[in-house]
Amino acid sequence: MKRKLIIILLMILAGLICYPIIFLISGSFMSGQELQANLKPLLTDYTDAYIAGGLIPIFPTLKNYVEILMDSPEFFVMFWNSVKLTVPIMGCQLLVGVPAAWGFAKYEFPLKKTIFMIYIILMMMPFQVTMLSNYLILDKLNLINTHLSVILPAGFSTFSVFIMYRFFSDIPKEIIEAAKIDGAGALQVFRYLALPIGSAGIISAMVLSFLECWNLIEQPMTFLSDQSKWPLSLYLPEISPGTAGTAFAASIIGLIPAILIFLAGQDYLERGIMASAVKE
Amino acid sequence: MNKSGRFTGIFFILPSFIGVLIFVLLPFLDVVRRSFTSVVAGEWVGLKNYQVIFGNGAFQLAAVNTLKFLLICMPILIGLSLSVSVCLDKQAKFGHMLKSVYLVPMAVPVASIVIIWRVLFHKQGIISGLIGIFGLDAVDWMNSKYAFWVLVLSYVWKNAGYNIVLWMAGLAAIPDSIYEAAKMDGAGGWQIFCKITLPNLGKVAYTITILSLLNSFKVFREAYLVAGDYPHDSMYLLQHLFNNWYRELSLDKLSAAAVIVAIVITLIVLQLGRLFYEEEPRNKRQRRRFRSS
Repeated sequence: MKRKLIIILLMILAGLICYPIIFLISGSFMSGQELQANLKPLLTDYTDAYIAGGLIPIFPTLKNYVEILMDSPEFFVMFWNSVKLTVPIMGCQLLVGVPAAWGFAKYEFPLKKTIFMIYIILMMMPFQVTMLSNYLILDKLNLINTHLSVILPAGFSTFSVFIMYRFFSDIPKEIIEAAKIDGAGALQVFRYLALPIGSAGIISAMVLSFLECWNLIEQPMTFLSDQSKWPLSLYLPEISPGTAGTAFAASIIGLIPAILIFLAGQDYLERGIMASAVKE
Repeated sequence: MNKSGRFTGIFFILPSFIGVLIFVLLPFLDVVRRSFTSVVAGEWVGLKNYQVIFGNGAFQLAAVNTLKFLLICMPILIGLSLSVSVCLDKQAKFGHMLKSVYLVPMAVPVASIVIIWRVLFHKQGIISGLIGIFGLDAVDWMNSKYAFWVLVLSYVWKNAGYNIVLWMAGLAAIPDSIYEAAKMDGAGGWQIFCKITLPNLGKVAYTITILSLLNSFKVFREAYLVAGDYPHDSMYLLQHLFNNWYRELSLDKLSAAAVIVAIVITLIVLQLGRLFYEEEPRNKRQRRRFRSS
């Protein structure tokens, strides 16, 4: 009895957590009139009723999607901008982050503990603290208002190094020693042992990092003055009588890549989250 | 590891470390220098910038709000996610499915959240409609003192799944044998939770606190996209202030404030670590005492 009660409570909680997302999805399939009727208090000064939170479109339609995909060129530009930011950032994190994580996990060198502590502290810093530092150097390098101004600082993120470090640390020393006895050099050990065995960690870090990159708000807003360079995460559609439907559809399209990555990499995501725990 | 091993290690971390140096550490030293100089002439002014920001009304408001936000939202999030995890822990079948559902908000982009928030927390919005059923008056959530609580709610909504995964990992790591022993000694459910489950979650608690802190700073994204540069006073956070100083090019105040926040965060990270590590031996002792009693 008590058990059933707990399950029911947990289910209700899950329902509440998902309600906003389901509302958004169903709204994106509603016709203009239906959505307008539901959102009437938001669109006009009408105060005799509340916004209707219904979840089932009476006449489901794809019109909103067609409109946003056919008639909104700026939406495409922003979607493409998001890709142009996300892919290089993740590439950079792989290129420099994976070796760094391996170096921290399996080698001893002077000041290692201190440097690693600095990495942990940097990963904790909110963007606003390092905003000015970033700006000063990006300005000096003449990168302000280019995509590189967002890509470079994010590409050297210490968070992904930390996640991968956790996975690499779990690789037993004996395997590496055995490979060395067989004559493998440091690079060979890295290429043929670390990369395949630690691949789960690398994917986990990349899933977390994708969700982060797809959601960049502060960085592009601060460093890209030219709005035509902004990513989709800054696409804030106006909810006005004529555009409510497309606003809903646009936000669903922005959601799709993140949800796909989430579904495909869910186990990795969970393992990545667990790896973000400080165990030592 | 031999001597060449040292150089190999440095070789592996070097590209990353150089990037961190160039884009964060070295320019941050410049920020520290700037915090002691005036913005126009660039001359040495000592601690004047620090005096100015501590006397600044906006800084006081933002600092108090941020602190209040952290002190309220973190215990709520950590407590809620722990209780959900303890319940989920015993539900093998539903447990995994529900855990995934709780994680979904993590993937929802901020811009999508903003639309939902407008619909939910508008004066004539869904929440007002819900409380209207119970005869309560409509509330303009985002433009009243409730704005702060909307922020707390959106933080908890977004991060609960993350913390539940961490707590469950911690719970799974506690060996069943300890529970069995306690049951044999006749300990009740609540007693087991306080004397065995909680003490054994020390390390996880450290991580969860740190990560909840880290994630709490990100709530600014929702706050900013929903309410812009100057939201209701109750949710004016340090991040808003930093952002506004940046736009106004008040680089002297901005650098002094950045130095202060950086110092505070560094101290918190170091302190939290020490706190939980020191408690470890005491917990072990407690467990032993419990078993022998």
